[in-house]
Amino acid sequence: MNRLSGEEWQGGHYLSVPLSSHTHTNAHLQRHTRTHTHTHTHTFTLSRVVPSVAALMTWLHSAAFTRRLARSIAYLFPSGLFDNKAKPLMKHPDEVFPKQRAVQWGADGRPFHFLFYTGKQSYYSLMHDTFTKALAVEKHQDRLRGKGLFTQDAKQISLVGSRWLLKEELEELLVETISDHDYARFIQLMERLLSLPYCSAEEDFVQRYRRQLEIQSSKQQVQPLQYDQHGVAYSTGDGRRKTATGTVLLRDSGSGSISINGTNYVHYFPVLQDREQLMFPLHFMGVLGRFDMQCSVSGGGHSSQAGALRLAISRAMLSFLSEGQVETMRQAGLLTPDPRIKERKKPGQEGARRKFTWKKR
Amino acid sequence: MALHRLSFRLRQTVAQVRPLHGSGCGQQQEAVGMELETRPETLSIFRTQENDPACQSEQHLGQYYTVPPSHFHTVFPHGLPPRYQQQVKTFNEGCVMVRQPALELISHLKRADYSKPTMRYLLYGVKGSGKTMSLCHTVHYCSTQGWLVLHIPDAHLWVKNCKELLPSSYHASRFDQPIQASNWLRNFRTTNEHFLSKIKLRQRYVWTKRESTEEGRPLGELVDMGVSRVKSSSDVVGAVLKELRLQAGGTEGGFRLAVAVDGVNGLWGRTTLKKEDKSPVAPEELTLVHNLRKMINNDWCGGAVIATLSQTGSLYAPSSAYLPQELLGEEGFDSMDPFVPVPVSLYSEKEFESCYLYYLDRHWLQHPHSRTEEGKKELIFLSNRNPSVLERLCAFL
Repeated sequence: MNRLSGEEWQGGHYLSVPLSSHTHTNAHLQRHTRTHTHTHTHTFTLSRVVPSVAALMTWLHSAAFTRRLARSIAYLFPSGLFDNKAKPLMKHPDEVFPKQRAVQWGADGRPFHFLFYTGKQSYYSLMHDTFTKALAVEKHQDRLRGKGLFTQDAKQISLVGSRWLLKEELEELLVETISDHDYARFIQLMERLLSLPYCSAEEDFVQRYRRQLEIQSSKQQVQPLQYDQHGVAYSTGDGRRKTATGTVLLRDSGSGSISINGTNYVHYFPVLQDREQLMFPLHFMGVLGRFDMQCSVSGGGHSSQAGALRLAISRAMLSFLSEGQVETMRQAGLLTPDPRIKERKKPGQEGARRKFTWKKR
Repeated sequence: MALHRLSFRLRQTVAQVRPLHGSGCGQQQEAVGMELETRPETLSIFRTQENDPACQSEQHLGQYYTVPPSHFHTVFPHGLPPRYQQQVKTFNEGCVMVRQPALELISHLKRADYSKPTMRYLLYGVKGSGKTMSLCHTVHYCSTQGWLVLHIPDAHLWVKNCKELLPSSYHASRFDQPIQASNWLRNFRTTNEHFLSKIKLRQRYVWTKRESTEEGRPLGELVDMGVSRVKSSSDVVGAVLKELRLQAGGTEGGFRLAVAVDGVNGLWGRTTLKKEDKSPVAPEELTLVHNLRKMINNDWCGGAVIATLSQTGSLYAPSSAYLPQELLGEEGFDSMDPFVPVPVSLYSEKEFESCYLYYLDRHWLQHPHSRTEEGKKELIFLSNRNPSVLERLCAFL
């Protein structure tokens, strides 16, 4: 019997590569991350591992097995084994494996970077670069002052709508771990650079370390207003909260009457808290007596029905409001669906969190 | 100096806002002027000085009138809703709003012909819309006009939560409720003190082998006996009702009788009481209910029956029911038919405004936001102008 050799066994699988950059023994002979191919056919011969499976081997090559195999493949891979869409999806190796540094020293063992022996060479070199730039800007300012051309209102870097890199993102950029203290010092230094009036010369450098913030409100879809036969504007909205669903038909130029499932809202929600929930979106925008509402709601309990209706009313109101008001509503949290649901009960516990009574003996 | 000018200005506004009413109540005007001189702050849109229900008319709609404190304990020993009683105690005055249903009822009572069989009036409306308060307003009117008022505060109290049920001595299959009957007799005595000595019995009543009440004795004696002898109090109630029925329309020494029943739908529903063998008691089997039903029948004349439907204390009725057919049931509707239905609605805008100003005036609404327009809109929304809901809402503001 032939034993599988190590190389054959490894063919086609992801190699286990040591991640630490300080392994000296074999690391200097290996490069990091080799590109992996997407082959999923590998030679796999059972008979080499388990000696006495000749009978199994015969069956594996028989007609019955082939038919069964064909049926299984047709069931599991309806588009066939070799279709493009049936290929197993794998992430790019860059996403799977974190970036590692290439070798830091030359053949003579001497490190390339002058700050190698600090341990955090990229971080300290970045700090040095930033400070050098700050000094250059100050020198430029002094020169201007000397010439008498110094003005306070030079063009400033616009920082609106962007944020500093997070610590994790900075670590990713530098390909080395930094501590919270280091990160804080970095941000401090950048702020100091930004405090200089003539820092716009280094705008590109600064923007490299900032990320744009997404404008949340542009994601809100506002339905256009609809008009019924009398010319009265109306709009609908629906909302959900914790298994209760509600829909609302909001009509303009009304008297503030609300009917829920055909009954008056004072009778449907005898609890004050539920009526306050209904009132919140209207009161917030100051349109209390303006709309007439017809609501229908089902599922859940009274509190979740009130929450569902509140969301539905907020969404229906969007069509009547301007952009700025939509943004204020979003910031108030009226348009966010409440994601909380009942937590699952776990085995070995009495409830989701409650454990059984602990008996000492 | 300034005060004098202020009262002068106020007097002018008084003349503009409220024109002179009829001659019978003309002297009120002078009294008003006098009051204004002494206390200029009594002028307000939501109050009226017209404290006599007989003189109130449409121009007083939405305004509060004060029930004189002397009347309070005599006319309403047991009739007012409990929350309103607490409010009276807090505010140190009893103010009732003049509303459309009560005025309608009073106008009917003024114009009715009392030689014909009794008219029955039924107040109905959603929960908390003010039916009991309208009834009390009408009862106040009746008592100021000198009627004899038979006010049953809540008929539901007689068909549920009764600890003692005695088999009746008068009728074998019926049951007595001594505690309820004696309580009611006590309150009846407080309300109608001046009638008790005037009305004489027309029949001899035998209670036990040794006790009997002779013909010609004053009614007061009968009532006292009922209060002291608790065991026969239910039968005493029956006797009182019968006597009053017979004598109400009488030409000599005739008085008008007002039967005011709150929660009349309790007389025809089911009861929660059980006999000793755990079988349910039907309302007819209770002496009090039986006698009251006879009272509500329109086979007597010289008075009026004013009744209110109530879902709040009712048994086995869905909470959304408020119409007469739903709450009275078949049997009740047939017994009450024909009646004059008087719907009681929620507060109108003017009435709501009035109530809001009253609470502000009494410093009941402490929260600074409640004085703003925004706060008022919030109150309107949260209560939907329902009187009882508004009252509960304002209770903690």
